[in-house]
Amino acid sequence: MKVDLYNYILGIADNSLILGQRLGELCGHGPNLETDIACTNISLDLLGQVRSYYQYAAKIKNDNSTEDDIAFLRKERDYVNVLLVEQPNTDFAYVIVRQFLFDTFYYEFLNELQKSHDVTLAAIAHKSIKEVSYHQRFSSDWIKRLGDGTSESHQKVQAAVNDLFMYTDELFHQTDADIAMIADGIGVDTGLLKANYYSKITKILEEATLQVPEHKYFHKGGKQGIHTEHLGYLLADMQYMQRTYPNMEW
Amino acid sequence: MKKNWPLWEVFVRSKNGLEHRHFGSLHAADEEMALENARDVYTRRNEGVSIWVVESKHITASNPEHNGELFEPAQDKIYRHPTFYELPDEVKHM
Repeated sequence: MKVDLYNYILGIADNSLILGQRLGELCGHGPNLETDIACTNISLDLLGQVRSYYQYAAKIKNDNSTEDDIAFLRKERDYVNVLLVEQPNTDFAYVIVRQFLFDTFYYEFLNELQKSHDVTLAAIAHKSIKEVSYHQRFSSDWIKRLGDGTSESHQKVQAAVNDLFMYTDELFHQTDADIAMIADGIGVDTGLLKANYYSKITKILEEATLQVPEHKYFHKGGKQGIHTEHLGYLLADMQYMQRTYPNMEW
Repeated sequence: MKKNWPLWEVFVRSKNGLEHRHFGSLHAADEEMALENARDVYTRRNEGVSIWVVESKHITASNPEHNGELFEPAQDKIYRHPTFYELPDEVKHM
């Protein structure tokens, strides 16, 4: 089994799975009907992309595991998503800021992944990028609306930016699998995306009249399986059906 | 959000060549958000190729109380329907 490739795929897919699950929690609980549907649409886009990645990962694993096994039956430490995407839906500002900080990265990432030497990954990236381009538009529009909206919305979105900003640096952290895949021309060298990412983020936050936090300390660990306390609860929710009724199907 | 956003009417063209049809309404703060919301609410199952939105307040509607004077006079004027012509056999698809 190509261990590095397998881990590399999980590194991409777990982000979308966990963020998709978080957004799915808003189903029926969004601030209003329109944004409720918008957030769950984004969730469904991400979960759709995730299926392609896990199907590919299952093929590489080659031990009769299915996409569902990989999605639902791993333990917390085996998920390698970044900490940003597992942060809770504290309020709508947190939902939007988390989305904005992730979308901006993911769009740039997929753009490069389209050039991957691995044709399957390149094809998934090519298929996903239109969806993610829309997500990015949706979340940056909302950043501007909330930041440049009322004093209350400004204050709430600034609080969310201040809280979540420390999770951004991890997006560019490279694991051993990342480094090996970059060397093979399969993976994206995220180091090259970093400057552009922060300048894009800064531009939109400034347009939204928001302050860019000056962090000296950034959190990381998710990519090594060391998560914040929030992931366990999310997984308990997400895995409940498969754990309680093993092998159940719809 | 306590104060409700204004209401918008959504028109979707489902295929090129067809006209835009009224699909429903939604709330949005401005026209840009109305378009995005319409995209998410009404076209997520591949229903459309083009969307129009117009704020509901810009629509002038007939008053149901005036239905009598507006519509009843047409009811007994069957001669306004083109049904009193003998169609030649050669004319198809009428």
